[in-house]
Amino acid sequence: MLDTIALAVSAVIGLSLLLNLGRFMIGPHMLDRLIALDTMYINAIALIVILGIFRGSPLYYEGALVIAMLGFVSTTAVCKFILRGDIIE
Amino acid sequence: MLLIELATGFCLMVGAIFLLVGSIGLFRLPDFYMRLHGPTKATTLGLGAILTASIIFFSFRGDGISTKEILIIWFIFLTAPITAHMLSKAALHVRQKPRADTLNQDRLASIRERRQ
Repeated sequence: MLDTIALAVSAVIGLSLLLNLGRFMIGPHMLDRLIALDTMYINAIALIVILGIFRGSPLYYEGALVIAMLGFVSTTAVCKFILRGDIIE
Repeated sequence: MLLIELATGFCLMVGAIFLLVGSIGLFRLPDFYMRLHGPTKATTLGLGAILTASIIFFSFRGDGISTKEILIIWFIFLTAPITAHMLSKAALHVRQKPRADTLNQDRLASIRERRQ
């Protein structure tokens, strides 16, 4: 039963990733694309955690943690670039 | 065992619904300041529910209580407001126009000029 639920939930998260991709393509400003990318990071974390539940293996946790840290750092770096024109002053 | 599967599946479905709602909000809302609402609130809650499902699932497999997911939850709950704050400050800096019928638009200039 849990396998079916995990597959259905993965399909729903894939749908939300497609919606984020749509915003990423039509976003009128760079910031819209940035927030779409940040949401795609969060959805990817959810997808990889669900993959870990589906396979029954706790090894996917490190991947989720790395994606979380990289998402925060990259979003903050691009925001800093838009605000100041430079990342490391 | 069925009870654990039910709890895990319930948390997974709640999280997926919140993630979908956040993404629909990101896709359909009209201007940038509204679009900021969807991901920064709903996806944080959705990811929290999905990681809670992971905690429930891996805690009842005989290897003891699984606490590693709390690290991801802590990290996401700590960094999501920082990201939202940086994004809104950048949007004010590049003078993103809010929707025409937004209230109190004249205060945007004073917020923009304010130093941290």
